[in-house]
Amino acid sequence: MVSQKVTLTNGQGLHMRPAGTFASAMGKFASDVTVVANGKDVNGKSPMALMAAGIPCGTEIEVKCDGSDEKDALKTAIDLIESGLGE
Amino acid sequence: MYQGVNASDGIGIGTARVAVDPDLTFVPKTPKDPEAEKQRFKEALDRFSEKTYAQAERMKTSVGEKEAEIMSGHVTMATDPFMLDEINNRITDGRCAEQAVNEVCDMFYDMFDASEEQLIRERCADIQDIRTGELCELLGKEVIDLSSLPPNSIVVVHDLTPSMTATIDKENVAGVITEVGGRTSHSAIIARALEIPAVLSMPDACTIIKNGDVCIVDGTKGEVEVGPSQDELEAAKAEAHKAAAAKAALEAFRGKETVTADGDKKLLVANIGNPDDANGAIEHDAEGIGLFRSEFLFMDAKELPSEDDQFGAYQKVALRMKNQPVIIRTLDVGGDKEIPYMNLQKEDNPFMGYRAIRYCLDNPDQYKVQIRALLRASAFGDIKIMLPLVTSLDEVRRAKGLIEACKSELDKEGIDYNKDIEVGTMIETPAASLIADNLAAECDFFSIGTNDLIGYTMCADRGNDRVRYLYSVYNPAVLRSIKRVIECGNEKGIMVGMCGEAAADPLFIPLLISFGLGEFSVSAPAILRTRSIISKWTKAEADELAEKALSLKTTAEVKALLESAAK
Repeated sequence: MVSQKVTLTNGQGLHMRPAGTFASAMGKFASDVTVVANGKDVNGKSPMALMAAGIPCGTEIEVKCDGSDEKDALKTAIDLIESGLGE
Repeated sequence: MYQGVNASDGIGIGTARVAVDPDLTFVPKTPKDPEAEKQRFKEALDRFSEKTYAQAERMKTSVGEKEAEIMSGHVTMATDPFMLDEINNRITDGRCAEQAVNEVCDMFYDMFDASEEQLIRERCADIQDIRTGELCELLGKEVIDLSSLPPNSIVVVHDLTPSMTATIDKENVAGVITEVGGRTSHSAIIARALEIPAVLSMPDACTIIKNGDVCIVDGTKGEVEVGPSQDELEAAKAEAHKAAAAKAALEAFRGKETVTADGDKKLLVANIGNPDDANGAIEHDAEGIGLFRSEFLFMDAKELPSEDDQFGAYQKVALRMKNQPVIIRTLDVGGDKEIPYMNLQKEDNPFMGYRAIRYCLDNPDQYKVQIRALLRASAFGDIKIMLPLVTSLDEVRRAKGLIEACKSELDKEGIDYNKDIEVGTMIETPAASLIADNLAAECDFFSIGTNDLIGYTMCADRGNDRVRYLYSVYNPAVLRSIKRVIECGNEKGIMVGMCGEAAADPLFIPLLISFGLGEFSVSAPAILRTRSIISKWTKAEADELAEKALSLKTTAEVKALLESAAK
């Protein structure tokens, strides 16, 4: 299992579109992806779960990836968040 | 007459089509073969996804890209791995597909509904759409068909869901009435995109209004008239006609400079309350932002927003407005704007108490966070800083002292900012008006806030029915005050603007032209109309009118004169 902390910088936080962008990118990996925000574990491949968690901009989150392609998955996740999730 | 939320401007007159949801009741039963039941659900989901994508495709041309994206988002949500797991687990546990879908949609609905974020709560409408769509597929029912409506239909629904709007026949819809939804809901966004007048959140609309009732939908005021009299109908028709003609005529001013009839150039900008409002300002062709109220950042938060949070919001507006001016007013807390975590004491007279610049200068460490954020954002656009509720030159000097201190800090830290950032004051107190000459010597610009200036000058709260008659921009005392401020600013060669409602008042605009106002800051939807009014007056005509207006002694006389001269 690999993990890294990162701060959400896109203006809206993890709302519908950014959550969808993130989850669909993560869906391409075999590894399990978990987003830890405010002490709660959220399924990183589920836009619905991400949205329901309502993580606002400026929150520090931890992304955990566990599986055969965990390193690539984590790198993709962090790059995506740091680039503002396509906003 | 019924009152709802004014969600999309305009007046629609037509015959009600009350759309009642299809009957989606079912009897829960335990499936004999859960695997076959999962397959039945999967097939229903596939049909739902296919239809939804097709609708999204149609919406791209009939409604717009953004709305089509909301629609295709339903498939993303419905095929969410978490959602599918929840549904399939319930089927394994012995529930039928209908019940599983219903329970899981309830679960997501409650999760979204409990969110503190308005944007997430509004996703509840999508959940309902997915529930209806999937249940229709499972039960073999059809969703309400709004694709073949007779001309001049007023659509009355509980909630206008994205799937309904996908098929909506916009040529034949004269108006929309719903029982739920606010100004930022899907229904409102879509109604505005389609330019269909809409009143939302009219309680029990589907019960009160019957199929075939004649209705008037006033989406500007948020009013619905059911079964109007002949006179009311004629009046509404005339008004709708007039509004449509006026709106079409204003389009000629889009993309044009704001100039008086004799070619004097003015700056026409918008008032906004949050970074997203900048889109509306651009859409309505504003030439910049004349007042960005920074309170939203503080009021929507649970604790003081950090420098980075504030920087992000200011930078967003600066970038969006490109190199157009963006005047940001520093925190105007107190008065009627309460921010719980700031723990301000209750005061007997909050409008004359500890608020705005007074609070900020008394809490310099807090104020410097905002100033640093503003300075940092000034590297990304033409940001100007505006001080609220100034009553003395000391306040301006102290605020400028703090700004200079922040600049030195940033210099040391090697952080970029606009070294020549302009600092101006809002003129909204009689004291500021009386010392406008002194203030002008040490400020880069003025912006007259007529809403408070009238209130403080007349000692009248416009929210108080018994004294509201005193609250008028046409009062001779207010006229003299405004004229003086503009003249003092012009003498010192600084820009003088106005960000109160009077700047968009067609009756008042000629006086402002005569007094020499340089910048008009109005609500975004008033931009084109204000540009058109300004274009009708020459300086000489405005001067003649102003001279007469200033010779009059009462509010009523001034108002009557301006009405008689209106173009």
